[in-house]
Amino acid sequence: MTPVLEMDGITRSFPGVRALDRVRFTVNAGEVVGLLGENGAGKSTLMKILAGVHRADAGEIWWQGRPAAFRGVREAQQAGVSLIFQELNVCPNLKPVDNLFLGRELRRRSGLLDYRSMRRKALELFEHLGVSVDLEAEARRLSTAVQQMIEIGKALLTDVKLLVMDEPTSSLTDKETERLFRVIRELKARGASVVFISHKLAEVFQITDRVVVLRDGRNAGELDPRTGTVDQLISLMVGRDLGSFAAERRAAAPGAEVLRVEGLSGGPVRDVSFTLRRGEILGVAGLIGSGRTEMARLLLGADRRASGRIVLDGRELRIRSPRDAVAAGFGFVPEDRKVQALVLGMTVRENLTLAIHRAVRRARLFLSRPAEEAVTDEFVRALRIRLASREQAVSDLSGGNQQKVVIARWLATKPRVLVLDEPTRGIDVAAKAEVHRIVAELADRGVAILLISSELPEILALADRVLVMHEGRAKAILGRAEASQETIMHAALKASA
Amino acid sequence: MDATLAPSRRNPLANLLRRKEAAILIALLLLTLVIAVIAPRFVSGTNLYQVSRQISFVAIVALGELFVILTGGIDLSVGSVMGWAGMVSAWAMVALGLSPPLAILVGVAAGVAMGAINGSLIAYVKLPPFIATLGMLSFAYGLVLGLSKGWPITGLPRSFHWVAQGSILYLPVPVWIAGLLAVTAHVVLTYTAFGRRTYAIGGNEQATFLSGIDIDRIKFVLYMISAGLAAISGVVLTSRFGSAQPDTGRGWELDAIAAAVIGGTSLAGGSGTVLGVVIGACIMGVLRSGLVMMGIDPYWHISIIGVVIVLAAVLDVKTKKA
Repeated sequence: MTPVLEMDGITRSFPGVRALDRVRFTVNAGEVVGLLGENGAGKSTLMKILAGVHRADAGEIWWQGRPAAFRGVREAQQAGVSLIFQELNVCPNLKPVDNLFLGRELRRRSGLLDYRSMRRKALELFEHLGVSVDLEAEARRLSTAVQQMIEIGKALLTDVKLLVMDEPTSSLTDKETERLFRVIRELKARGASVVFISHKLAEVFQITDRVVVLRDGRNAGELDPRTGTVDQLISLMVGRDLGSFAAERRAAAPGAEVLRVEGLSGGPVRDVSFTLRRGEILGVAGLIGSGRTEMARLLLGADRRASGRIVLDGRELRIRSPRDAVAAGFGFVPEDRKVQALVLGMTVRENLTLAIHRAVRRARLFLSRPAEEAVTDEFVRALRIRLASREQAVSDLSGGNQQKVVIARWLATKPRVLVLDEPTRGIDVAAKAEVHRIVAELADRGVAILLISSELPEILALADRVLVMHEGRAKAILGRAEASQETIMHAALKASA
Repeated sequence: MDATLAPSRRNPLANLLRRKEAAILIALLLLTLVIAVIAPRFVSGTNLYQVSRQISFVAIVALGELFVILTGGIDLSVGSVMGWAGMVSAWAMVALGLSPPLAILVGVAAGVAMGAINGSLIAYVKLPPFIATLGMLSFAYGLVLGLSKGWPITGLPRSFHWVAQGSILYLPVPVWIAGLLAVTAHVVLTYTAFGRRTYAIGGNEQATFLSGIDIDRIKFVLYMISAGLAAISGVVLTSRFGSAQPDTGRGWELDAIAAAVIGGTSLAGGSGTVLGVVIGACIMGVLRSGLVMMGIDPYWHISIIGVVIVLAAVLDVKTKKA
């Protein structure tokens, strides 16, 4: 087979890091290639070089047998290469049809927009993708999964010959993923190729024809998914064998009750009650949209609660803002670290000490640089955060290390209760295992933990009990013995438990 | 471990050149050079004395603007607050017979009160800063016109004139005031939790909020700071004129915002420095005075200033990319 895409000797350095070192990457016609590697391995950079978002320092790119150097996403698209990046590029203020046709609007002869045709095509496309989309809703009101489908739809509207998808299924349900895979197979049948970047290894084995693994910016090897195993793939990615994916945690000795939540309501959340003991991890499971994050935000005072009591150490709290919650001893690692947790333009030190200004002040007025540095170094060491310098911009770190900075920010406050919302989303296998270890250690040290996660293996490995949410209500609280993928999904999906 | 990324302490000049203010500092020096070549009188002692005093007024207002722009906000009302504070302090001296120091305090307090209104509307009522301060721009100016009926307040005590017209160690008093305020602003922004939080809000408001920081209170205080600095400038400017004119400060918000932006402050929030803003104010002041000295028809000044503001912004964008 002749490759449609051939990238060879691709090298690219960023200040302080060699992101890619003589990487070779080829894609054949009609092939689905998995591109894997830990965060920071260079997958996204390689694809951004393909699209011309970044320039390579050295190396050659051949597209359909000719040397190619796209100068941007638009040029790449005109040549038949469409990319869907991890960060969605949907305009939140526009409706689905406007988003779909953005940049290639259909026009009447008068020059005005041909809305009727665009609408008809959009409906056909969404039907084909198997999603029902409210065409009158602005994109911001649509779920992440639907927004993702709009992005995929945008690519399909062009005569796409190579579709690159960076973590396309991270916010999709199993059913939506299945539809996406159907679309990928159709593309393949049409002779188009797909590059599939994902951390979900099971899906990689399910959909790809060949897997290319990068490690530390170099080719680490290839794998045939028909004959290879998950363990082989993981050892290619991390360069060593990992025991098990997430170490089973021994059950905690039940401590004293720390937190009692009664009848918490507000927004989509209805009457949620639970208790949390010292050193306990309470997993919170549920489908996307079941109100897990909203429940956490009410608890922390980020949104206004309509009713409900929050009792910490036997004292009822008046929490009206995150400030009150933090003062009372709560810590919160939110779901989207870039949007909700990190100040990207600031340094690691400045991000890490954001919640403990009071503790690193001298003379009650000035921030003490030595105190800040001491705290930063302590947690960089304790959590094994990999960085060149604490004065590095936090945006330069890999996803896993960024997440550790967010966790460190809260550990520095010595919290009584730590709320973690999807703490391992979008971070690589090794970093994931480390975050799991950190969470388990925290619980052992007596911190009460609320762990919201969409990954059931994560919840099953770590949680002492599991709160399952469904349409804003606490549907079930399962003990460690009763909790399994089946019982949790049963409670999360069915209307009655 | 961090030797590669930490700035070297060996060569202060090299460090200065590496800072992002270096480009505009060079622009300021070039501008001064060009003006000096065309009109040598510009660099005479007397003229530099005048120019430095003129720069101080803009610099003080621009410092206040820096504080709010750092959070992604804006304060359009600073010009009107200048006039209002100047008028109130003059009224306190003439009508109430207060001593100048007391009257200055009253004038600045009156300005801060307007800032408190701005701050409440923005932080607690959640109005966009543009709208809230646009309203205040009109309201405060109208207040001055209504109360003064458009007449200036004259007959200010002689000792009050010293505030703008006196000098200490060969430098005009306003330069000392501006310098003191700039150093204080720098210390607040760089070494206090309040300053760090101000930058954090501009960098990521949501993350700052979720970190347990009372962003509403910080914003409220920031608009009082902005108004307070504008008020100080307005009172000192009143001393410069020797009387309170209803039109004092009219249009100054544009010079202040321009100085901040020329100085590299990002209107999106999160980045900007006191040093940059001071240099930006210098560029504005040098340009205005230079145009006069070079004998350019005053009718053309405004257009030329517009061109310079845009050029500075272009320079800023281009050097940031490199």
